Order: sequence, then structure tokens, then C-alpha cells
Amino acid sequence: MLEAMQSAFVGLLSFQHFAYMLLGIVVGLGVGILPGLGGIAGMSLLMPFIYGMDQVSALAMLVGMVAVIPTGDTFTSVLMGIPGSSASQATVLDGFPLAKKGQAARALSAAFSASLLGGVFGALLLTGFVVVAKPLILSFTTAELFMFALLGLSVVGVLAGESIMRGVIACGLGLMVGAIGAAPATGESRFDLGIDYLVDGVPLVIIGLGLFAIPEIADLIRRSRPIAAESGLGAGWLQGVRDTFKNWFLVLRCSALGTFIGAIPGLGGGVVDWIAYGHAAQTSKDASNFGKGEIKGVIAPESANNALQGGALMPTLLFGIPGSGSMAVFLGGMVLLGLQPGPSMVTTDLELTYTIAWTLAFSSIVGAAICFFLAVPIARLTFVPFNLIAPFMIMIICFAAFQARRDLTDLLVLFAVGIVGIFLRRFGWPRPAFLIGFVLSSQAENYLYQALQFYGWEFVQRPGVLIIGALTIASTLMALRSRVSEEGAVTKEARGEETDRPVHGGATKAERRPQIVFAVLLLATFLYGVMSSAPLSFLGSVFPFYTSALMVAFTGYMVMMLVVAKPGHSAHFDQELAAKAKGADDGTTVWPSVGWFVFLFGMTSVLGFIISIAIFITTFLMVRTQLGVARSLLYTGLCIAFMSTLGHYLTLDFPAGLLQHYVEMPWPLK
Amino acid sequence: MTKNITPRRNFLGISVALATAAFISPMPAMADAVDFSDKTIEFVIPFGVGGGSDTWARFNAPFLSKHLPGQPTVVVKNQPGGGSITGASQFASRAKPDGLSILGTSGSTQFPYLLNDPRVKYDYKDWKVVLAAPTGGVAYISSSFGVKSLADLGKLKGERLVYGSQGATSLDLVPLLGFRLLGLEVQHVFGMKSRGEGRLAFERGEANIDYQTTSAYLKSSLPIVQEGKAVPLFSWGATDDDGKLIRDPNFPELPHIGEAIEMVTGKKPSGTEWEAFKSFLIAGFPAQKLLVLPKGTPDDIVEAYRAAVRKMKLDPEYQAAKVEALGGYEQLTDKAGESLFKEGTTIDPKARDWVRALLEKEYNARF
Repeated sequence: MLEAMQSAFVGLLSFQHFAYMLLGIVVGLGVGILPGLGGIAGMSLLMPFIYGMDQVSALAMLVGMVAVIPTGDTFTSVLMGIPGSSASQATVLDGFPLAKKGQAARALSAAFSASLLGGVFGALLLTGFVVVAKPLILSFTTAELFMFALLGLSVVGVLAGESIMRGVIACGLGLMVGAIGAAPATGESRFDLGIDYLVDGVPLVIIGLGLFAIPEIADLIRRSRPIAAESGLGAGWLQGVRDTFKNWFLVLRCSALGTFIGAIPGLGGGVVDWIAYGHAAQTSKDASNFGKGEIKGVIAPESANNALQGGALMPTLLFGIPGSGSMAVFLGGMVLLGLQPGPSMVTTDLELTYTIAWTLAFSSIVGAAICFFLAVPIARLTFVPFNLIAPFMIMIICFAAFQARRDLTDLLVLFAVGIVGIFLRRFGWPRPAFLIGFVLSSQAENYLYQALQFYGWEFVQRPGVLIIGALTIASTLMALRSRVSEEGAVTKEARGEETDRPVHGGATKAERRPQIVFAVLLLATFLYGVMSSAPLSFLGSVFPFYTSALMVAFTGYMVMMLVVAKPGHSAHFDQELAAKAKGADDGTTVWPSVGWFVFLFGMTSVLGFIISIAIFITTFLMVRTQLGVARSLLYTGLCIAFMSTLGHYLTLDFPAGLLQHYVEMPWPLK
Repeated sequence: MTKNITPRRNFLGISVALATAAFISPMPAMADAVDFSDKTIEFVIPFGVGGGSDTWARFNAPFLSKHLPGQPTVVVKNQPGGGSITGASQFASRAKPDGLSILGTSGSTQFPYLLNDPRVKYDYKDWKVVLAAPTGGVAYISSSFGVKSLADLGKLKGERLVYGSQGATSLDLVPLLGFRLLGLEVQHVFGMKSRGEGRLAFERGEANIDYQTTSAYLKSSLPIVQEGKAVPLFSWGATDDDGKLIRDPNFPELPHIGEAIEMVTGKKPSGTEWEAFKSFLIAGFPAQKLLVLPKGTPDDIVEAYRAAVRKMKLDPEYQAAKVEALGGYEQLTDKAGESLFKEGTTIDPKARDWVRALLEKEYNARF
């Protein structure tokens, strides 16, 4: 074993392998920084080069890429409030407020150092445990996996914000959207509205971008200011590193959590950042700063999401079962290299396993170093008026969404989810709760069904189930104690303190009308859920039917409270009114931003993506940013060139519109 | 200097030869010869990056590129969605018969077609097959039942067998029908995301009967067998040039499913149920991956592709790599490929109706 470790180490040090690892790292950082693009896009970019490469170099390249995505994506999350990849959604919650306060440097350096430590920790655990991990991994059956899904859902309590009910309903909406598509038990299609696209369910990347990126961009466009309110990145480079080391125990716990979640196949890394974030909030003595710019809120998810990869490699290598989204593609890469994962990865192929582990550790260090190096120039972007960056970001987000299915419908669904996201944000329905519900929906349903089939109801007596059940109850209780509002502080009510909250939920019913309309729409959605799942077979309907029915009751109550409760009730919330109350209202509305999206998506369905995005960028720059014609055209040209290059390497056709249906066009217009 | 002369002389030589040839040989043949120089061929895979079909395509792409006339660039283009129905349907409606678009399908594309799924907007009868890539698989059972081989299958009477399945209309339809023909009472637990997850359920002790495709079996299940925790029962078999079911060359010691049924029931398998099973068996294993050209592709282009495959199969580089990449099965073209293509994409309407009725009645499938 030691011999294998050593020779793997020496093998990796050769110039060629190191160079390929660097190439992987550069690609990984690139797709990490670009919002919505993650491991899958990175793998697709590298795939064509893998065939015929020597195994060690190719593995070094792939692992290098996977390792640094959760490091690079921090930039976008902290600096723009837009998750750079799905692994860094939770980082936004405190990282972005820090950047707004002019502490971007501190947030970034804390994030990078936490990422580095997390990555190395995951690699160490992989090295130490891969040989003996098999029985441990096998001891988690579908029954325990179901309980883990429940434990994950309990984090919703922490993120619920001012009104716990709203958190539960947002989560319920996520559960319902997550149930769209084929039922795991019977294959029946649910909630598909007769649209073929929805039979496969809604892709996670589109939910992530729609919930977090679109509302943030819409808001930034509307205010048309630079992102950072204060000037200067702030000193804080050292401060951030110090923050990480001061919270070493949190880093350790979250890294262990991340590695564990990665190592158990089927838990999936989709919400690891939120779980780590929830854990940090639950265990902090003073949680009042979470959501307002608490550095722990950055450190926790960043250490966990990097550590995840080390854990996720265990089931990937041992069983050929991917432990995270990008691992699924990594698996394909291995097969292409003539490597079948399996038990031999810890016997005859042990050296390769250690090569992978070493690369993971190296890349985490090198990746973090590069990020430190890039931080200053990239962070300057936050001082540029956002309207100058917006067209590029919108283009990238559309492109990333289109990677999901390579279908025009991707963009329409992105837009629809984005509109929902804008309103969830405005009326204070916690979007993280929605996301957690969405990700865990199919897991919870599938594992419950499987556990029942395998064990019957006796599964609840399994010791593992009882332990995780106890943890879930404990976590829920702790969560209720330290609730974090998406828009700000841990709620005072939750801690039993007097609230001095200004009335920002609307004093009159007329002022509350938008909230009421939105809540009624939610109610209608859940009613639809009840009605459309009722006629399905028992196994296909039981989960969505009862979830929707419960949500109908909760939402009904909320609607009632919105109509009849006294002003100041926790059910009332409208960001627009809150802004007015604070005197921060600048008389703008979000509708022009929405208009820009409508303009782009409408045009795309007629003219196809490339033509539309070119017209969009030019128009936006001239009208909204008020740039000159020449500069606008130059900007557009560069964007299109960038897009075409990416498209070329990913071998894809961009979304086509009606025009392409009738007229033959050359690539990339076709 | 001397180094530079040779290629130029060669170049001149070739030019002269070509010019002469152009004069001597009849013009039409020259003009019509298929040539993909400087062209890019799109190898459409209706699945995502990294899956089995994707890696299969990426394995073949550089060899096709090398052996097609004019050495075109061959790029793999992924078009995932709808379990491959979306991508294959798009190919059927859009691809031009100029040899620049090819499609790789899999059992998951064949099955909904055979079942007459209304979402299917493609017809295999329109397409011309270039290459058929077989695979195989081995079914095994937990050793806890005391079954030593297929001969002891009688011991399983009344036992509760559990199989982790990806869904009744997925590739796991083959074991679903196969176990029935063997008279085994198997509970199918759906919702597995891959065969690997099914194997994991077996290793955890949740499932007690499983199968894996050959490469995964050799790598991951054989160790379980060697530990004494599992007993192999039968293979899905392979087909000979006439389409007859024979033993899998990778597992000559194991009976194929046809033999297994005969051993258990005492009769040669026949009838509607068997016919239905056999169609899906062939579509799922011996003819699992098919490389096809679009409707109306001229014969000379089809022939150019088939010639490329013939040359590819003789390429030492291909031969060195194929065992790892293809799991020890030979890819077929020409007549053998065509017969597999036909067997794997046709089904007797009566057999189809029988399967559909079974799936609707017992597994809540909707068509």
C-alpha cells in the first residue's frame, strides 16, 4: 500500500502529468467561474482529448478539473450573488453581503483557504479509507438513505426565515416540482402538463439558475449600479485566511460532513453546501449575523463542497456508482481510458487510486493558489456598473441552461423558473428551502418506496434508521432555535426577543394584494397537484398526493392570514414595501428587467439563439448601458466569438428558432 | 535538405499519377467516389456525455475518422433527453443523407420502438445499418438459497426473489420477461438509476438476484462469486451468423437463457411469450448498439462506411484496444450486422401486444 502511494506520487511529479493536471485545473476554474457550468460541461470539454492519452495524464487532467470547480465558482457567488455552480449556492447567502460591504477580499480568501483545506481533507480521507470503505458504504441501505433525505429536509427549518410556515411551503413547492416526470415506482408521468420536456423532470441546473441567478440579475439591472456599494476590495486578504484558521473546527466538521455525503452513494452532493451552511448556523452560539455577512456562512459550504469530491470518488471507484453529478461523467472518462471501476481499484489498480487521490490534493492546493492570484483582477469586476456585465452574464446563463438538454425548451423553463424565483424573493418565500425540497424530492420518494419494498414497514426498526431519526429530530429542534432569514438576520422572534420590525408586510389589504395573489397562485398549484395525482396508481400518486394535500392546507392558512391578520403578522412580507419603509425605494420596478428577458427569449424562438443574443447584447448595451455603437458592436462580437468557440468544442448546435426551421443556415447560426 | 525532398517528390509523383488516372479512368467513377476530405461528420448520440453509448461512440470515432475516405473529422454530438427518444426522433426528421450525420442507438432506443411508444418518431426500417455492437450479460443469484447451479433452481420454489430494476420498460424488461419464462417468482423493485445501483442493492443484501453486462460482471460481480456470496446461473447468450442463440463466447461454461429455460421446463422454448422475449433479448444484447445512416443514404456512402468498418477491424490499434473497450465482443458489419439489425428491430405484432398488455396490467405502464 505504501509502495503504491509512493510510486503514484512519483509518477505524478513528472512534467507531462503535471502539465495535464494544470490544464484540467484551468478548465475547471473556467467552468467554475462561469455561472451554471460545472463538472459536466468541463468533462464534455475535455472528453475529446482523453481518448488515446496515457491513463495517468488523463486521470490527472480529469481529477484536476473536478477538484477545483468548487473553488473557482466562489468568485461568482461572492462577487455577483450568482452561484458559480450548483456547489456554491449557499456561499451566496453570506458571501455576497460581505462583498456588498466591501469585504470581498476577506470573503474570497476565507473561501479559498477553506476550499483548499476541504479538498486536501477529502483527498486524505480518500487515501486513508478507500481500502476499507467498502463495508461501511454497503451498510447504508435504502432505509437509511431515506432517513438521510429527511435529515436533509430538516435543514429547511434553519433557512425558513421569518415564517416557518413559508419555509415549509417553499420546500413543499420544491418537492412538487421535483416530482415532475416519471414516478420512480411505476414510471407514470406526473405533472407534465402534456409537455414532452417535463417527462424527464426539470434539470437541477435550470432550477438553480432560475431561482438564484435570474432574480439577482433582474435586481442588479434594475438598480444599474456596481455591485459593491463601498469602494475598495478591503484589506482583509489575511483576515480571511485567519478567519478560516480561527474556525478550524468548523472546517474540520464541514469537511468530514462533505466527505461523508459524497461517500454514500445516493445521497448526492446536490445540497451539501446547504447542509453545511445549516450546520454552521445551528451550531453557532451567536447566529444573529448569518445571512448578513457572517464569514462562517462562507467557510462552511466552501470546505464541504471541496471535501465532497474526495468522498464522492470512493463509490465511484469502488462500485462504479457516481457519488456526485460530475462523478457520473468522470466515470465515463475512466471507461474511455479502458479503466473499469470496481474492487480491483483497491487491489491491482491501487496505484491509480492513489494517483487520483494525490491529484485531488495537489489540485486543491494549486487551484486555490491560482484563485488567490486571480482574485484581485477578478474582484475589480464588482466596481464596474453591472449593466456592463449583465449582457455577458445573461448569455452565459442561457448557454449553461441550454447545456441541460440542448433544447429550446431549456430556455423557456429557465425563464419560467426565473419568474417564480423573482416572486419568491420579493414575497420572502425562502428559495433555498425550495431548492432543498426539489433535490431531495425524488430521493425521499424513491428510497421510501424501495425501503418499503425491500423491508416492509419494519424498516423503521433498523438501528441506523432510529439513529438518523433521532438526529433529524435534534436537527429540527436546533434549526427552530437558530432560524436564518434569506434576506437578513437570524430572526429575533425565533430567539424569543421583542421584534422591532418595521411594518413592511403592508398595512392595508390593498397594499398586500400582490402577496395575496401570489399565495393564491401557490394554492392553485398545490390544488392542481392534488387533483392531477389522484387518478394515478397508488404507488405513483401516494407521495405527490399527500405532499400537495398538506401544502394546500398550509397555503390556505397563509392566504387567510394575509387577508385577515393584523399588519405585522409574520405571514406578511413584501420586499418592495420593506424597501419603501426603509426609504430605499428608488422608484424602479423589476418589470423592465423581466421585459429584457422576455425580449431575449421571444426573439430566440423566432430567430434562434446566436442571432437573438447578438441583437440582444447590442440593444441592451446601447439602450440600457448607453454605450456607443462601435463599442457595443465590439462587445457583441467578442461575446459571439466566445460563445461559438465554446459551442465548437462542445460540438453543439445552438437553440434554433422558426427562422432556422425554414431557412438553411451555416453553423453557428443553424 | 534531403528530408524535405522526399515528400515533395512523393507529392509530385502522386499528382502525376492522379492526373494520369483522371485521364485514363472513366470520369463518372471519379466524380462519384465518396470523399469526405475536410468534412466534419457528426456522430449523434442521443444520450449524455459519459454514458455507455457515449463512450462506445468516442471509442469508434477516431477509427472511423482514420478509415473513411478523405479522413474526415468525426465528432460525437450528444443529444440527451427522453431516454434517447428525443435525439433519435430529431435525427430522423433532420439528418440529411449525405453521410455527414450518423446516429448511434442503443437498446434504450430500440425498446420504445419495439413497444410502439407514441413518443417515438423514428422508424428503423428507414435507416441503413453500418455497425452492430453486441454485448452480453450474466445473471446470478445469492448463494444463501443453497443453489449451486441452474440445476438446483427447483429449490427456489416459494422463495421470495428480489431484483433491483431500472423500470419495466427499460433494458430491465429482458430480465423481467426472462425470469418469468424460467418460472421464477421475482419481485421487481424499480427506481434503480443504473445496473450498478442494482448490483449495489444485491451487495447490500436488499436484492438477491441480479445481472450485469459482461464487463461490469467480470470486474465487479465475479469477485462476489469468488467470495462465495453469489452463484452465476446463465448468460443472455449471443447470436451466430444466422441469428441463432448460442452460448456467450466470454462464458462458454454457462448455459444461455434458451438452454436455461429448456433445462427448467423440459421443453425447447417457443410460443408468443418466448418470441416476445427473444425480440427484446436481441435488441438489448446482441444488437445493443447500432450505428445507422439516415433515410435515403445512397448505397455508395453506405458502402464507404462499411468498408471503413472492415478496415478498422483489421487495424492493429483497434485490435489492441477493443477488448477493454468492447468487453470482448466483435463489432459486426455487412451481412452479419444487417441480420442483427433486422432481428433487433422487428417484433411480431402479436408478441408486442402481449408484452404491452402484461406491462399495462402488472406494472402500471401506460402507452
